[in-house]
Amino acid sequence: MITDKLQNLGRDTINNIAGFGRSGIMLFGALVGKPDFRKGFPLFIKQLYVIGVLSLLIIVVSGLFIGMVLALQGYTVLVKFGAEGMLGPLVALSLLRELGPVVTALLFAGRAGSALTAEIGLMKATEQLSGMEMMAVDPLRRIIAPRFWAGVVSMPLLALVFNAVGILGGHLIGVDWLGVDAGSYWSTMQANVDLYQDVVNGVIKSIVFAVIVIWIALHKGFDAIPTSEGISRATTQTVVTASLTVLGFDFILTALMFGG
Amino acid sequence: MSDIMVDIQHLSFSRGQNLIYDDMCMQVHRGKVTAIMGPSGIGKTTLLKLIGGQLKPDSGHILFDGQDIPALSRADLYQARKKMSMLFQSGALFTEMSVFDNVAFPIREHTRLPESLIRLIVLMKLEAVGLRGARDLMPAELSGGMARRAALARAIALDPELIMYDEPFAGQDPISMGVIVRLIKELNNALGLTSIVVSHDVTEVMSIADYVYVVAEKKVIGHGTPAQLRQDKSELVQQFLQGEADGAVPFHYRAEAYEDELMEFAG
Repeated sequence: MITDKLQNLGRDTINNIAGFGRSGIMLFGALVGKPDFRKGFPLFIKQLYVIGVLSLLIIVVSGLFIGMVLALQGYTVLVKFGAEGMLGPLVALSLLRELGPVVTALLFAGRAGSALTAEIGLMKATEQLSGMEMMAVDPLRRIIAPRFWAGVVSMPLLALVFNAVGILGGHLIGVDWLGVDAGSYWSTMQANVDLYQDVVNGVIKSIVFAVIVIWIALHKGFDAIPTSEGISRATTQTVVTASLTVLGFDFILTALMFGG
Repeated sequence: MSDIMVDIQHLSFSRGQNLIYDDMCMQVHRGKVTAIMGPSGIGKTTLLKLIGGQLKPDSGHILFDGQDIPALSRADLYQARKKMSMLFQSGALFTEMSVFDNVAFPIREHTRLPESLIRLIVLMKLEAVGLRGARDLMPAELSGGMARRAALARAIALDPELIMYDEPFAGQDPISMGVIVRLIKELNNALGLTSIVVSHDVTEVMSIADYVYVVAEKKVIGHGTPAQLRQDKSELVQQFLQGEADGAVPFHYRAEAYEDELMEFAG
């Protein structure tokens, strides 16, 4: 009984470590080597569209509503202390430091990450990856690399869009509806937001999350058991693993950036 | 130039605990259609993947045109693969590209020919398989037989020396089966290819193959020209060729004695 449990634990640990190793080898094979811009660049642009541009809608709508909710919640608390003038920095700092990078990463994992896993898993199931290999075209360079770079480039940009739209959403509620003075909304925001401490750190977080989400998504697809059940499991795993890893890393990064 | 294109020497391969091949030898002659037959589930596709270098054997040599495939470096393996091509059972067409772009794919990847010339080559390859009119269709719009022919056009796009067919007849209606049988033979003769056909469709294979290997129980159990093979003494080979349900290869998957299992409930 207890030996069974121990055996399972050992097997799971070994499988996890082996999976981690395989994902590292996959990324290494995809990214290390002489880049071929003539063939790679059009592929990269196409993926930038599929992964980045097509995710814009969900990012803009979520950003708008989260900004609006932040303003509404913030106002009801701040107004008790007569500090509603500080609504601008409250909204801006919450978005730039935390919500922008984190929520973008979570939405990105659900929208683009799951799609990537399913796409690559299906390519594997229909022997397209094997076929490519037999045509002497490396699927790591041809399929994995452009998607990886497109994800890493597009997610920080999406996070910045999320922040900007959120701040406008906060303005919409705080200033236009609840009557906070527009001048104080913007001027206190300008005075309290630091370019390096807040904006750049947020972008760094976003880049780290982008690598995490896209790496997990690509590896789960590439490593999927090529059956319908295997692909559905891989897609679920992508969203769950990527989201939890992002939240874990968010805590670590926050502690490093703002803790001391 | 040696007469032997693919020389498999003392090949052993296992997947996990399962031994798939045990000390198997096989030769594929240049310019011939060599068929590999055997019951399903004995790893015929695995053998093609071993020749293509997608899997590595536990021991033994696989010489392709004099080069030992398992021992090649990654770069050399990719060079060697440019001389071979494989027709997958599913066709493995890229679903997001049209038939034309699928056939053009290997040419665009490996050459820097101008687009006008690529168009010419692709049309010639599609004409050879009778799908020139279907060039703008997407793979999802093709029937199973057409998809396999489109994949065949792609497989010959770069004029390979060796082409490997993985179950080319499986799941085809009699007409497309006839078309593919003819194509394999004609392409082999017209283009001077060497072909390996993995299949268990005895009649079709015997009609086009120059040489046949029957693989079962982890090794080659019989080989020869189709005429020689029909005279083969081995019970196993005859059972396979005649398609008898029971014989040297038992009908039943190994199990406990039937009576015992039934009596378990009664007792």
